[in-house]
Amino acid sequence: MSGPNTNFDPKQVASLDVDAVEAMVADARAAFAAADDLDALKAARLAHAGDRSPLALANREIGALPPAAKADAGKRVGQARAAVKTALEEREVVLTQERDARVLESEAVDITLPVGRAAVGGRHPLTTLMERMADVFISMGYDIAEGPEAEAEWANFDALNVPPDHPARTMQDTFYVESADSGVVLRTQTSPIQIRAMLERPLPIYVVAPGRVYRTDELDATHTPVFHQIEGLAVDEGLTMGDLKGTLDHLARQMFGEGIVTRLRPSYFPFTEPSAEVDLECFVCRGASVGDASRACRTCGSEGWIEWGGCGMVNPRVLAAVGIDTDVYRGFAFGMGIERTLMFRNSVTDMRDMVEGDVRFTTAFGVDA
Amino acid sequence: MRIPLSWIREVADVPADQSGRDVAERLISAGLEVETVDTVGAGLKGPIVVGHVREIEELTEFKKPIRWCQVDIGASEPSGIICGAQNFTEGDLVVVAPPGTTLPGDFTITARETYGHVSNGMICSERELGLGDDHAGIIVLPEGTAEAGADASQILGVGDDVLDIAITPDRGYALSLRGIGREVAIAYGVDFHDPVDRAETLPGPADDRAPAACASDDLEACPLFTLRTITGIDPHTPTPQWMRNRLRDCGMRSVSLAVDITNYVMLELGQPLHAFDLDALQGTVRAGRAQPGESLETIDHVERTLSVDDLTIRDDRGPIGLAGTMGGATTEIADDTVNIALEAAYFGAEVVARMGRRHRLTSEASRRFERGIDRALAPIASARASELLVDLAGGTYQGMTAVEAPMEERFIRISGDLPSQVAGMDILVDDVIATLEAIGCSITVDGGELTVAPPPWRPDLTDPADLVEEVVRLVGYAKLPSTLPTAPAGHGLTHAQRLQRRIGTVLAARGLVEVLTYPFTSDADADALRWPHDDERRVSPRLANPLSDEQPKLRAAILPTLLVAAQRNISRGFDDTAIFEMGAVFRGPAGSQHAPRPGVDQRPSDEEWQQLQDLLPDQPTHLGAVFTGNRAAKTWADDAEAFTWADALSVAQDVCQVLGVEYVVERGDDPSFHPGRCAQVIVAGEPVAIAGELHPSVTEAWGLPPRSCALELDVSHAIESSPEVRPAPDFSSHPVAKEDIALVVAGDVSARDVAASITRGAGELLESLSLFDVYEGDQVPDGHKSVAFALRFRAPDRTLSAEELAGIRESIVETTAADVGARLR
Repeated sequence: MSGPNTNFDPKQVASLDVDAVEAMVADARAAFAAADDLDALKAARLAHAGDRSPLALANREIGALPPAAKADAGKRVGQARAAVKTALEEREVVLTQERDARVLESEAVDITLPVGRAAVGGRHPLTTLMERMADVFISMGYDIAEGPEAEAEWANFDALNVPPDHPARTMQDTFYVESADSGVVLRTQTSPIQIRAMLERPLPIYVVAPGRVYRTDELDATHTPVFHQIEGLAVDEGLTMGDLKGTLDHLARQMFGEGIVTRLRPSYFPFTEPSAEVDLECFVCRGASVGDASRACRTCGSEGWIEWGGCGMVNPRVLAAVGIDTDVYRGFAFGMGIERTLMFRNSVTDMRDMVEGDVRFTTAFGVDA
Repeated sequence: MRIPLSWIREVADVPADQSGRDVAERLISAGLEVETVDTVGAGLKGPIVVGHVREIEELTEFKKPIRWCQVDIGASEPSGIICGAQNFTEGDLVVVAPPGTTLPGDFTITARETYGHVSNGMICSERELGLGDDHAGIIVLPEGTAEAGADASQILGVGDDVLDIAITPDRGYALSLRGIGREVAIAYGVDFHDPVDRAETLPGPADDRAPAACASDDLEACPLFTLRTITGIDPHTPTPQWMRNRLRDCGMRSVSLAVDITNYVMLELGQPLHAFDLDALQGTVRAGRAQPGESLETIDHVERTLSVDDLTIRDDRGPIGLAGTMGGATTEIADDTVNIALEAAYFGAEVVARMGRRHRLTSEASRRFERGIDRALAPIASARASELLVDLAGGTYQGMTAVEAPMEERFIRISGDLPSQVAGMDILVDDVIATLEAIGCSITVDGGELTVAPPPWRPDLTDPADLVEEVVRLVGYAKLPSTLPTAPAGHGLTHAQRLQRRIGTVLAARGLVEVLTYPFTSDADADALRWPHDDERRVSPRLANPLSDEQPKLRAAILPTLLVAAQRNISRGFDDTAIFEMGAVFRGPAGSQHAPRPGVDQRPSDEEWQQLQDLLPDQPTHLGAVFTGNRAAKTWADDAEAFTWADALSVAQDVCQVLGVEYVVERGDDPSFHPGRCAQVIVAGEPVAIAGELHPSVTEAWGLPPRSCALELDVSHAIESSPEVRPAPDFSSHPVAKEDIALVVAGDVSARDVAASITRGAGELLESLSLFDVYEGDQVPDGHKSVAFALRFRAPDRTLSAEELAGIRESIVETTAADVGARLR
């Protein structure tokens, strides 16, 4: 690299004249455009934008110009170099995109191949249905109460106003822990949880109790000796049968849809008085099938109503057995079978499917019922 | 209780246009659960006629006896009819379906050739006509019932609707025409004609024979005992067809006229009656407890050993019946009985219920006594039956003997607005009074207070709440408003409830499938699980009445019942499964011969309540999981991967993660597992889980593939260590420094010990370590292995320098050399 030349006429430095600089830029643009891949572009970059490119060499000549010409030439060369750089970058973007598209395309797979190698699990629909029903009550301010499955006979029967010789206690229904007078049974209902709640919780009480219960039925399509219930209990001042009905109606709406209601029919349970059977308005036909053979409904057997559970006002004798002042407090209670609910709600036709542990049954429901 | 509508109409003025279904709807609204309404002879189309059998020719050339009968059906010539039944003779009246008539089941009678003759119709049984179940023979009508050719459908009650009503235990009165008729009358608001009121008076006794004597030795259990004597009945008089129809429609069989009359009156009035053969009795007939060592053959021909708690009916020779339940064989009405002692009594509900339970015996009588009958009814009902025995069987009434304890008067005081308050709707006091009077109560009004005397047939009415139910049900539950009470603000799920839900969801996301098994198991299962004889899991409650004698015990662990479900899936072709169950297990003894029985008229004392809790076994919630076959099947991309002990353990660790508890994994020694591939998970110093590969003899016992794995985790116990609030982590944003280190240790040094030593040697700058390689082979000495860890270091306040890292590495080498004899590989 020579030092500055102070003796020449600027007009004679050909590389810095306007035409020459424009030609250099044009050459560079042409070379970049001609490069059809990134490797070719790299070569073009070295030739037209590298240290030894005509523009780089021209740039060096500026220093040799008289001061009056320096600014003009410097501006011209600077603009030319910027233009070349821009052209290079633009071409680089284009070529990079082209290369990426080519490579990615070559990496394509058959996305219809089976994937998801991990086994599919699931929660039992009885569990998730119980949770769902319980959550309706949680939202109303109820707590979930619990109790043991092997329960004191006193809590399962005596305290619930089922006296010792009541037909409900017969050996045909109840599993007794050996010996038969041990005082311990497998609870035949979730109702002893009412007794526990009333003995152990402060008033007023609003609880719901899902759980497993036992009766000595043989397993068949509609019976199972081990099944699940959800029990509700409210004890407060001034509760009415209307409150009981409204609570059941609310549950019916949450579980089966807006507008679905319940119907109460007089019945008998030792631990409630008055007592009632709870029927659910058929959520499939909403009664349209009744008396209309052309609209027969399998869910309700064209009855318009589905038997759902039992309920009533807590028998004052039960309140007395747990020391609650019946002059001040009244209660209502209700209970539904979860298996039965799952059967009509989710169209399960054989109860054995729920108890045999076949993985196909559970996995069909995923993690919700 | 089955009851024909025609009978109901005799006591309740039901509008003529009302069908059995209409009546059923009304009864259901009033709380009587009508299960079915059947029409007698439904499906029968065309005439059926009374036939007079003129001649019977026995055809003997066939495999079974066949009769060729000439039957007068009111035509000019008798019809020739082939019949296979044998229970009739020439001269009998039978029921004939002539050609053209269609029987239930859409079977149309035609004149057709059979057994060598043209049979012109069919002689019918009850079942063939759709009247009842009796198919023992054809119907033979009582002599003189009708002329040949008369319409038989009317005689047999065809077309009547029969209601079948499930009677709840509190409504014993509804096990009778009298009780149901009253409910129907109330439901329609029409007049009720109490059959008790219209019972005609029995003529006075003839005095040619003293009535049989009676007594009650236990006036508490039997406060009313009556015995009427009827002599000289004609034992061959058949039961009239109208009574047979009633019995048939109510689901009872006709036996003999005397027995039929007792059953008929029981159905009509609700009072069970028992007829003895007077000539088989000796001395006074009395109600009293059985004596030690006595036994009785009941009329079902079962020899029953009696308990001294049994209430018997006895004569001078000993027991002749189980009171209110079943009579004895030696004194029952026989084919030739002409003299009758008719027992009508009141037996306490509890004593009859206990006896039924003890002898596993229920009868039409005991069903009524157990539910409580009308305390005043016995003499009325026996008068009615005696009258029928005189009128229909030609007997002579000889009088009655009776003992009776005074009847207690019962009163219930109730505020007139209580029904309204409980229902949550307005019910006028006048309506309350009218309703209670309709069901038979007598009422005195004092201001707003009512004093209510329930009728004797309603022993279930004892409390104000009982009266409230009567009022509200008859006003109609359909009128109840739908209101929502305002509960106080709730607490949401408890910590344990919330975490158990999360465990279930996480396990499902891990590919495990929840199942719910019956918690019944056996000692044989415990043996197959190789539990030692002193294993605490062998002590779990045993059931007095298990479903199966093979599985009499409650499970002390989830595994024995879950293994069955695993096997079932395999037998159904699902070899690769991971199933889990979360539920109660039962540990320790349960019950006591001296179980406390607190009263129910007040709250039990804390001590009594505690004693009741002490009866119960421990019932923690456990999680069990069983893994069989492959965790991942072979695919286009990957080879199959089998489940291993590590899967079981990692699920246990996941659960600890869900619970937020710190845990340590140690070698386990549960005998149900492979002795070298069993881990136990320690939380807060105590084992909460066993996980690993099942012992080969366990997989074999349950028919599972070799190397199946399992897990049992005490969820209740682990949750105790789960924090209510989890603190946020404090972490540095300075750069991480990564180091790998491979150490050679003796083969029996556990990975956990090496890791612990590295952690100690590394000091507090160690952020994490993970074991990424275990190598045994040529590159390391015999009996040794190489374990390689990836280490991550980070300082809270600076970037770590190369010098610092070199120092830490040096420290790790020294520490592990000292702790576990490691040397750098």
